[in-house]
Amino acid sequence: MPARGRKRVGRLDRPAIAGVLVREMTNFSSYWRSTTFSSTVEPTIYLLAFGFGFGSLVSQVGGYDYVDFVGTGTVATAVLFASVFPSMFGTFVKYSFQHTYDAILAAPVDTEEIVTAEALWISIRAGTYGCVPMLVAIVFGLEPRIGMLAVPLIAFIAGFGWASFGIMIAGLLKSIDNFNYVTSTVITPTFLTAGTFFPLSGLPEWAQVLGNFNPLYHTVELVRHAAFGWDPGADLLHLGALVLFALVLWRLAIVALERKLIT
Amino acid sequence: MASLPAVPELAISLRGVVKHFGEIVAVDGLDLDVPEGTCVGLLGPNGAGKSTTMKMLTAQVLPSAGEIEVLGYKLPDDSKIARAEMGVVPQLDNLDTTLTVEQNLRVFTHLYRIDRPDRAAAIDRALKIANLTDRRKAKVDELSGGMRRRLLIARGLVHQPRLLLLDEPTVGLDPQVRQELWALIDALRSEGTSILMSTHYIEEAQRLADSVTIMSHGKAVAMGPPAKLVMDHAGHEVLEVYGPPARLVEVEAQAVGAGVRTRRTGTSVALMGIEGHNGDLPDGVRRAANLEDVFVLLTGEEVA
Repeated sequence: MPARGRKRVGRLDRPAIAGVLVREMTNFSSYWRSTTFSSTVEPTIYLLAFGFGFGSLVSQVGGYDYVDFVGTGTVATAVLFASVFPSMFGTFVKYSFQHTYDAILAAPVDTEEIVTAEALWISIRAGTYGCVPMLVAIVFGLEPRIGMLAVPLIAFIAGFGWASFGIMIAGLLKSIDNFNYVTSTVITPTFLTAGTFFPLSGLPEWAQVLGNFNPLYHTVELVRHAAFGWDPGADLLHLGALVLFALVLWRLAIVALERKLIT
Repeated sequence: MASLPAVPELAISLRGVVKHFGEIVAVDGLDLDVPEGTCVGLLGPNGAGKSTTMKMLTAQVLPSAGEIEVLGYKLPDDSKIARAEMGVVPQLDNLDTTLTVEQNLRVFTHLYRIDRPDRAAAIDRALKIANLTDRRKAKVDELSGGMRRRLLIARGLVHQPRLLLLDEPTVGLDPQVRQELWALIDALRSEGTSILMSTHYIEEAQRLADSVTIMSHGKAVAMGPPAKLVMDHAGHEVLEVYGPPARLVEVEAQAVGAGVRTRRTGTSVALMGIEGHNGDLPDGVRRAANLEDVFVLLTGEEVA
């Protein structure tokens, strides 16, 4: 029988989150090829271009082979691209053009559950796609280590934060054209100053201090340590920063989208 | 009464509901009842506040003042429980267009929390109601406008709701498709589903609704069974007088002088409630009064 008479409805209801996830997964079956292609090929191109192009000039960086250095660093790039763009554009399209959220909110689902489910789904994908550059680097000689098994989890947490960031932006901005401002002022600088392609230690001190506020920098550090050897004290701080980033952005995304959906 | 009835008598009850959007007052002290098992039509011109009212019933729009109860649950606090027991058919098509008919319904069996063993049967039943069983594997992209609207209705019914909200269910559809949907809605009502239907098609309200509430500028300006509204406001018979604009102005002035209510229909002046009128009347065409006469009279707007 239908849900009639079932009174257990609260916040962050499991059936509501599952329902939104089922919708996302069902839709994913119709577009997974293109998404998987762009989410994996793009960071791989970065890896190959920088790793071999730049790597022909610089063989070692920070004590690592440059291909290994970039191969681990571009995991963070892959996570960023696989989470922030689908969430920014996906949320805006679903809100503004497809009116999907109107349909979902007519069912027993609240904005908090929509945001949570969407961020979860995107971060599961980002956790998977994020491993691709590392696997490519392994093909090119990066030595596999047991610590690398933590990379999907690191990528998942980072992906959750960036997915939430994207949903928040979609909730705040009025036009999809304005996303260009966010890409230019936030995403590009974030991705270039995360220590992906060059170590932050070469930068002036103020830039190194600023780097600590870049969630992508913490992602890069954790992934490198997973691949090359943990540094427990520092890694706990990196992980803490990443979890804090994910939690804060998750709540902000809920507030931003609720302001848009509930008037 | 000491105990509350197990089944509320009113599927929907609005009392003094107000909604402001900044300076704009979209809904202005609206009272509205939908008794259980009946179909109520919410009729009004564009901008009368119908869609805002519909969105308040799912708590997507929160009222600035007033009280809303849906299926006995107080909104917005208990909106989520209420939403589990009602179905919504939106005005704007928000189907997932790259998915099949069946996939669209399956997603909503999850969103409406139908237990796993019951999902397949719920989908089959909804497909049958909407006459889409042979299109279950078709992608939404491949469906005609009428089929998409039927799928939207099927989606709103997949969990067998006690209450159905229909927001302009036949807008933009051709007459045959519209009649098909009317038959579908009428069948639901006869099975006891409570229905609130917003529309700006007079004929739709007249055919389907047990009771009609006419909205204008965010207020209910009249409510009651269609036949009674017609009788109360436009009488039995209407005389349509045709002529050049100057003649129409003249006819209007005479009618007002004689205490007869009039309305413009674009090409004529309609004189209402002429059945008991003994004085001289201009030449024209007599016809039965209808809900459109009431609508235009009360909202001051021509019918779309």
